Amino acid sequence: MAKKEYSFYPGCSSQEKASSSNYLKSVETMCEELDIQLNTIPDWNCCSASIGYAGGGELPRLALSARNIALSEQHNAGQDIVATCAACWLATKETQERLHDDQDMMADMNKVLAEAGLKVEAKSPIRHMVEVLIEDFGYEALGSHVKKPLDGLKIAGYVGCQTNRPFGIDGESFENPKYLDKLVETMGAEPLENYDKKVQCCGGALAFSEPEKSQAMIKDIIEAAYDGGADLVVTPCPVCQMNVEVYQDHINAKYGTKFKMPVVYYSQLMDVAYGRNAKDAGLDGQVIRAKQLEEIANKS
Amino acid sequence: MSDLNTAMIEKYRNSFLKEVEANVEEGDWVKMCMQCGVCSGSCPLGPHWEHPPQEIFMMIRAGKRDEVLQSDAMWMCTSCYNCIVRCPRELPITHIMHGLAHYAKRLGLAPKNQPTAKFAQLFWDNLVKSGRVNELKLGLSLYFMNGFGEGIKTSLKMKNIGLGMVKTKRMNPMEILGGHGVKDKSGLQKILNKAREIEEAKAQGA
Repeated sequence: MAKKEYSFYPGCSSQEKASSSNYLKSVETMCEELDIQLNTIPDWNCCSASIGYAGGGELPRLALSARNIALSEQHNAGQDIVATCAACWLATKETQERLHDDQDMMADMNKVLAEAGLKVEAKSPIRHMVEVLIEDFGYEALGSHVKKPLDGLKIAGYVGCQTNRPFGIDGESFENPKYLDKLVETMGAEPLENYDKKVQCCGGALAFSEPEKSQAMIKDIIEAAYDGGADLVVTPCPVCQMNVEVYQDHINAKYGTKFKMPVVYYSQLMDVAYGRNAKDAGLDGQVIRAKQLEEIANKS
Repeated sequence: MSDLNTAMIEKYRNSFLKEVEANVEEGDWVKMCMQCGVCSGSCPLGPHWEHPPQEIFMMIRAGKRDEVLQSDAMWMCTSCYNCIVRCPRELPITHIMHGLAHYAKRLGLAPKNQPTAKFAQLFWDNLVKSGRVNELKLGLSLYFMNGFGEGIKTSLKMKNIGLGMVKTKRMNPMEILGGHGVKDKSGLQKILNKAREIEEAKAQGA
């Protein structure tokens, strides 16, 4: 397979020693296996996620993503921009859409960017890593790399919000997207049928500011996974991963539950199925260790 | 910014809807709402809104300026986009809620102690400083946003989560000294200043 190249926007949470650094590690391993080259956008900045709106008005907020797009066009010309973080993908894609919908805004934005010697056209597609996997490779090609099928694992595919809405993955429904289940199946594990909290919001940034309200929703997400007999939860989103994983002790204390459900990234499943070790898959980064997955990874 | 608030009241005396259309991000969509209630029914924070989106839209049209802008309702939005994908008229509801929240903040009308309003501002201040979010400083500033005593209490409650993150190398105590950031900080500042300048000029002249 020819080497595929993309302009890569990693985002704040994927940086070294940041909250989803294990996601980045596992994506790097996955890309090695699939012969994908990610060219990081030089000097990229934060996209302001979905909570920056209070401090930043429309133009300042969108200017953040416009700067990233401009840098990508300058340094990685002609390459699709790929993000692994749901919020990064959404913010960047939304900015592109607004710039094209509104010529006045495009003109204003270029005045703004000119302050730092940049200009933007925003022509290249802006994609999530799972789009790249599904559209540029396909399930069959992804399956052909499997060396250690994840036999016997039952996995709840938790898609969450922003990888799913408002853009979603082409051809998938907003209410019951199937791609994550198909990916789980492709890696040899069993997806949880009818996982009814599949697209439930985890609270996003409100998990920090309104913990009670968010944790009530997170509880339902984990409970539904247990109810279906899942061994672990898989997600494509850094905020979903963190929110659903790290508050389980607090939820247990509040609701008298005994949750200890590992929450991993799709890329970590793929690394293990592709025969890579637990460290390469970033599994040492789980606060709740995914022991069954580690066992498969450690099997010779 | 109460001067701005006074100026806006004067300028749009007879129509809060017109004010929203002219000044709130995506606000020109408000008049398209047909009051079906799908947004309110689809919202995961539905039970917690003082006024769910559908009600907010009706209140805007009814001229309930203070009730809308001083409400903590818009700050309940988790940005899950359920309302957007389900709205039969394709209103960008999430963006309108963010827009209303930002506008209320700019006018100085947003509720002072709304935790998400505070956190959202902390997030913005954190990111513009170096160009990339410093998660450690953001977390700490969140814990201490209601004063020192509260901060210590929250920090203790969150201690194990923090330790778990440090142990798995997903948090770096050294970030307190600076941490990640863009190289071209001055370029980024210039961009943000210019964007603010253009936006403010438009608001004054609108």
